[in-house]
Amino acid sequence: MTTTPEPAGGPTPRAPAEAEPRRRTVICGGVALAVYEQGDPAKPTVMLVHGYPDTHRVWDDVSAALAEDHHVVRYDVRGAGRSGAPARRAGYRLPQLADDLFAVADAVSPDRPVHLVAHDWGSIQSWEAVTDPRAADRIASYTTMSGPCLDHVGHWIRRRLTRPTPRHLGQLLAQGTHSWYIAAFHLPLLAPAVWRHGLARCWDQVLHRIEDVTPRPGHPQPTLRDDAVRGIGLYRANMLPRVLRPRQRPTEVPVQLVTLTKDHYVSPALAEGLEQWAPNLWLRTLPATHWSALLEKGTTVARMVREFAAHTEGAAAPPGLDRSHRIRQTARRAGKAGGRPFAGRLAVVTGAGSGIGRATALAFAERGADVVVCDIDLDAAERTAELVRLLGPAAHAYRLDVSDGPAMEAFAAEVAAGHGVPDILVNNAGVGHSGTFLETTEKEWQRVLDVNLWGVIHGCRAFGTRMAERGEGGHIVNLASAAAYLPSKVLAAYATSKAAVSMLSDCLRAELVDAGIGVSTICPGIVNTNITRTATFSGLTPEQQAAKQAKFSGLYAKRNYPPEKVAEQIVHAVLHRRPVVPVTFEAKAARLIGRISPALLRATARLNATG
Amino acid sequence: MTTTPIQPSSGRRRAARAFPFDDADLDRFRELQQLAYRCAGRVADWLEPGVTERQAAARLRRELTREGVEDFFHVPFAWFGDRTAFRHFKTPIQFFAGRRRLEEGMPFILDCAPVVDGYTADIGYAGKVGENPVWDRIALDLCEYRELILREVRARKPLNEIYQAVDALIAHHGYDNRHKVYPGRVIGHQVTRMKARGPAGVTVFGFGVRTLQTLGRELISERLHGRSPLWADGRSSRHAPTPGLWAVEPHVGFHDVGLKFEELLVVTEDDAYWLDDDLPHVHRWTKEQAR
Repeated sequence: MTTTPEPAGGPTPRAPAEAEPRRRTVICGGVALAVYEQGDPAKPTVMLVHGYPDTHRVWDDVSAALAEDHHVVRYDVRGAGRSGAPARRAGYRLPQLADDLFAVADAVSPDRPVHLVAHDWGSIQSWEAVTDPRAADRIASYTTMSGPCLDHVGHWIRRRLTRPTPRHLGQLLAQGTHSWYIAAFHLPLLAPAVWRHGLARCWDQVLHRIEDVTPRPGHPQPTLRDDAVRGIGLYRANMLPRVLRPRQRPTEVPVQLVTLTKDHYVSPALAEGLEQWAPNLWLRTLPATHWSALLEKGTTVARMVREFAAHTEGAAAPPGLDRSHRIRQTARRAGKAGGRPFAGRLAVVTGAGSGIGRATALAFAERGADVVVCDIDLDAAERTAELVRLLGPAAHAYRLDVSDGPAMEAFAAEVAAGHGVPDILVNNAGVGHSGTFLETTEKEWQRVLDVNLWGVIHGCRAFGTRMAERGEGGHIVNLASAAAYLPSKVLAAYATSKAAVSMLSDCLRAELVDAGIGVSTICPGIVNTNITRTATFSGLTPEQQAAKQAKFSGLYAKRNYPPEKVAEQIVHAVLHRRPVVPVTFEAKAARLIGRISPALLRATARLNATG
Repeated sequence: MTTTPIQPSSGRRRAARAFPFDDADLDRFRELQQLAYRCAGRVADWLEPGVTERQAAARLRRELTREGVEDFFHVPFAWFGDRTAFRHFKTPIQFFAGRRRLEEGMPFILDCAPVVDGYTADIGYAGKVGENPVWDRIALDLCEYRELILREVRARKPLNEIYQAVDALIAHHGYDNRHKVYPGRVIGHQVTRMKARGPAGVTVFGFGVRTLQTLGRELISERLHGRSPLWADGRSSRHAPTPGLWAVEPHVGFHDVGLKFEELLVVTEDDAYWLDDDLPHVHRWTKEQAR
């Protein structure tokens, strides 16, 4: 192995981050590898390995962001871009690719181990290096996206074939439908011909249409056609031998697995059982496709790499990273991962001191999520937090009046700093009020709208902004009510506030879909909570109010629909990204009637439901 | 909410029933309650992972009969694991001890109601095997229910309102009401000295034949006074606590853990007190408060 630094474009060794990368050549196994460096070589080295059919250019955004405080090294793998190609297919075998990787690492950072980041085939070959004994001294951390270790996959398939439960067969089938092209790549002539006669020419359109990647100059690379054809050798040289005869490949290197939720080629199930091979495992998710992760969300990937690299060098883990490590630890302890779909997630629930809020906090906690709860009654919130902790996850309680915008902003800032940006926000806090339009005073209108509508607006603004900025997706749940679409003359203010929440959620959903943030509107009917005990009534004396509250509490108790069932529906809505969820029979019936006969629904509005 | 004053029902003058027991009677009730808790405690100490509910209930019955118990108000019950919170209970058959095996960390409840010489005790003993933080938390909170019930009974609140006050405390704690799963949703029932004849030790549907006789007679005679010997949240409990002895059994649950205590409450014409404070759960709280 030899290396030749080449002053490409004449940059100085300490060029500013935005300058052209410095280029050098590393020769390994008779092939010249084109290596590109950015950033200060004195800083920790991050090595980025691209996949198929890309070149180092696929990392442009990630590299630019990381170069601010890292020594960033990229190279074109053999057969791609400006690197040479081996003469025979054997030259693409994984051990040879791992040798290339170590050769580049030795050349650019001879004294310190490197932080490895890889995507697609880059990730497959990096796994080969990470599970190599040399990794202990040369690789400080490994961030992997969309490319499993082929030996691990071999074992993964074997386990599923030897225990063919419906779930296991489903996983095999799902991954099989994602991997059809691999079989195609093994057929003679077909794949090269497709690349040569058209696919390379319209590859930018494929990325745009299927992968949500905005076209950009210089991408795909001009050498795409040849890269793609040569790169088929990667599949043919490695796939069958490794998957059919998998080796034992464990590693002690800290591994950060970034699961891309919209990946068309690698299903998240492939990561199941990975902690068996890489016990030092952090699990994160990114709502992105196979290529949009790097080409659209480069800064988010860069942040994840930066956090992870810093942590493995001794810095304290930010809350999000810390939580992503505890997922596997708790799952291992409990002996199950499937029952805790929210492990490693953070949920924020407003109005969580009682009723639906408390039940929701507990329902998420039961499924593994850490919880931040707030309520206007701090003692009640503390109690919820205590119950959550009894179930295992961490919980923190805050006092918050949701109608207070600056207080909500301060709360969101404190949560983000102390516990990380939440993955789930449940805007649950609300008040009940009954009164006809003319009876309802301006003050009553203000109170109802302040809590029920502005509370949701403040919550969505404060947390939605942070969730979108973080770029890791998430979910917002807004509690509306069946009253959002079921008019009643005696619920003028309440129903108005809830209808507004419903519409707000519909608009917000459209806005946040690109950020991978789901929005659900929950419309409960009559649920037995203390909203009836605190509800207010227009135009009544305090004694009459108390009598009404008692009467309604009794009625709601007789209906006996527990808040826990609403909480289950909220969890279901988040898991399955349901947009609108009516809960209870009456809520569903009203929605149906509203569709079949809007006039009938309008007529029911004239009934005095509060007698 | 306004409290409705107790109206004499349908014009009939409410019989001001006097407290029917003297000190000697109360001593006998107290001794029997002690005996029942002693037996339950011995069975609890013997319990270990692997034991089934049926084995535990049978052992409890043997312990009781060895101490001279002749008849049962109801057969001894034992519940393990999530059955302590009556999860997934669809039919009353499920109350009977089953094949569930005790495991490390599981909560359990032993419930028995021995009868000696017509005197009846009805107790509930909650415990756990190994570590269970949820159980520990509920066990401490249960103290508040004992205080609340006594306070409200002393204030002579209608029984259904006391039931609702217990419900409010349960909601405040974030638990759920499990005594509503009992037949009739009862949190308690009256206990009298049984004078029924009929065969001792014979049970029907888990209740002693003599129990059913006595209970039937009580149900009718109390009904005539607009009262019920069963304490629930319905209309029939809309009356001040009847003087006499009440077996009170608040039963709360959180997730897969249920806890209860059950003991006799003495209600006189103008006061009320727990028959005995020398009980395992009371000692637990005193010890905790001392810390």
